[in-house]
Amino acid sequence: MRHIISVLLENEAGALSRVAGLFSARGYNIESLTVAPTEDASLSRMTIVTSGSDEVIEQITKQLNKLIEAVKVVDLSDGDHIERELMLVKVRAIGKDREEMKRMVDIFRGRIIDVTDKDYTIELTGTGTKLDAFLKAIDATAILETVRTGASGIGRGDRILKV
Amino acid sequence: MELSGAEITIRCLQEEGVEHVFGYPGGSVLYIYDELSKQDKVKHVLVRHEQGAVHAADGYARSTDKVGVALVTSGPGVTNAVTGIATAYMDSIPLVIITGQVPTHAIGQDAFQECDTVGITRPCVKHNFLVKDVKDLALTMKKAFYIARTGRPGPVVVDIPKDVTSQTTEFVYPKSISMRSYNPVVKGHAGQIKKAVQLLARAKRPMIYVGGGTILGNASAELTQLTKMLGFPCTNTLMALGAYPATDKQFVGMLGMHGTYEANMAMQHCDVLLAVGARFDDRVIGNPKHFFEKSRTIIHIDIDPSSISKRVKVDVPIVGNVREVLQEMIKQVQGAKEKRDAEALKSWWSQIDLWRERDCLKYDHSSKIIKPQFVIEKLWELTKGDAFVTSDVGQHQMWAAQFYKFTKPRRWINSGGLGTMGFGLPSAMGVQMAHPKSPVACITGEASIQMCIQELSTCKQYHLPIKILCLNNRYMGMVRQWQEFFHGNRYAESYMDALPDFVRLAEAYGHVGIQVEKPGDVEGAIKEAFSRKKDLVFLNFITDQTENVFPMVPGGKGLSEMILV
Repeated sequence: MRHIISVLLENEAGALSRVAGLFSARGYNIESLTVAPTEDASLSRMTIVTSGSDEVIEQITKQLNKLIEAVKVVDLSDGDHIERELMLVKVRAIGKDREEMKRMVDIFRGRIIDVTDKDYTIELTGTGTKLDAFLKAIDATAILETVRTGASGIGRGDRILKV
Repeated sequence: MELSGAEITIRCLQEEGVEHVFGYPGGSVLYIYDELSKQDKVKHVLVRHEQGAVHAADGYARSTDKVGVALVTSGPGVTNAVTGIATAYMDSIPLVIITGQVPTHAIGQDAFQECDTVGITRPCVKHNFLVKDVKDLALTMKKAFYIARTGRPGPVVVDIPKDVTSQTTEFVYPKSISMRSYNPVVKGHAGQIKKAVQLLARAKRPMIYVGGGTILGNASAELTQLTKMLGFPCTNTLMALGAYPATDKQFVGMLGMHGTYEANMAMQHCDVLLAVGARFDDRVIGNPKHFFEKSRTIIHIDIDPSSISKRVKVDVPIVGNVREVLQEMIKQVQGAKEKRDAEALKSWWSQIDLWRERDCLKYDHSSKIIKPQFVIEKLWELTKGDAFVTSDVGQHQMWAAQFYKFTKPRRWINSGGLGTMGFGLPSAMGVQMAHPKSPVACITGEASIQMCIQELSTCKQYHLPIKILCLNNRYMGMVRQWQEFFHGNRYAESYMDALPDFVRLAEAYGHVGIQVEKPGDVEGAIKEAFSRKKDLVFLNFITDQTENVFPMVPGGKGLSEMILV
């Protein structure tokens, strides 16, 4: 099953490689991994999307907790949570396709953030499935380039991950 | 007054009460060596290869419960040390390994003797540090020792660039330390302990399975007390030999791939299993699917939550320091009102006694060729079971584990997890350094001993009177055994052609060598070796080439599917 795990890490050199190394050394899946410092500069927050049986996920959280630099580990999938991913897509937009593309962007509540006479660069946020849906909805041959950040997640309501 | 990074490094070692450092100098650690030579609190032991340094520090740590310390230079010094670090990591041994690094401005430039030490060692350390600023050095050293020895112990690498060792700063060694990201659990959950004690009281076919964590956690006395109070059978893993005395009648022997018939059968057929500081690894329980064909309730005490329900799902997990948890259990067992089922226990013991009658460790005592088991039995007899015994890896290791009846913890020193050939001799050096007056035996084979044979030179320099018992069967015995059983007797590359004359080799290093070829000479040779209190003696026993280790649970098979003699 797919799980989304949040980790608060000491913001130190090499902390990311410890997490990445742990996943590869123990053969765990890693679908996406995002990391950036938090409002407290001494901490980084990482969101990992992974999948595995309950036993494997239990081991993953235990092994993450065991990392000396891991301050807190939470499996967001254990409760209500929100996740978002950011995607930038560069598409070909010429002639009559230009208007159609603009409409699709509006439907998906995206924004066009760069324009030339031949192409648009679109910014879109949402769950991974929404981003997938957008890519399916537009003409595949129009896609010039895509870049996605991987999911970031946060608990709903008073589910708060903080030191 | 400001001190240099090198001085600070040494001062930190002094503050930590370190008496011995095992190491090998090189360009990046010259300032540190310079400072080492200016003081005499911390003694340096010069090895002949960095692998030997880490194994020696490891043997030192295992036999004392102190943190072992090694000091090596950058690049090849580090890569040579990696086998030793991985060995310690797999067996959870507290070490601090100080590694030299090229100067900070040269890092990443492919400098001479540069390697990414933190990257290379990351998967085989509990933690590692690169110290980029001399101001961080003392605190980092404090953290390194703290992390190495607390929680589930393990090796910690501190990588110090050369310029950091020459820069100066004010030296303040922190008295105490706390880290928000590292807080090992100590006390076990009271409710879980209570549940465990109730389960034990109601057990009809109980079993106590003891792992290396019991020794690392200094809980042998508590374990022994609890086991005796309960009257239950007890088995030790390879890593736990000595945790429960092997001479006691409740001890059913080691379990696992080369465990006794009675221990493995009891593991398979028990109804309540108390696992103490053990991790159900593949060499211990064999195939987990087969293990679960019989149902049993499992209580698991371990300081590392990730050891619990990793290979085997457990019913009552207790995360905590083994010693404290056992103390609490003892209290509760003493106060328990519930009567244990004496009838059921009696019939369980008669079943175990039936398994014992199988006499699974028997071997041919009338052989005209020296049987390796016989050598170990004699060693046990003649040292009155009181020697420190290190071993290498292979058949000799298993025979040592089966036939030397350890009665005290920290007397049996071997590489169980990683299975590192070459561990025996250098670890014996560490043990002998820590216990200069005690007899130290290194049980080895002609293949293993050659992997770190250069350390005979270190033994000469420091007058270490280790007794090396080489069970020389002219084969990589365990490889040969597997080839015989599973590869149609095709002994691919397991025969050691062109072996050295070990007696003359020992003599060339300035030691005493004795060749032993007849069973009748074994006792005399061991006696002579141990009577030479000041000499390292290399006993080269020419043993039976065809002897195999029994019982054996073949890889992938279940515990009760043993090959027996």
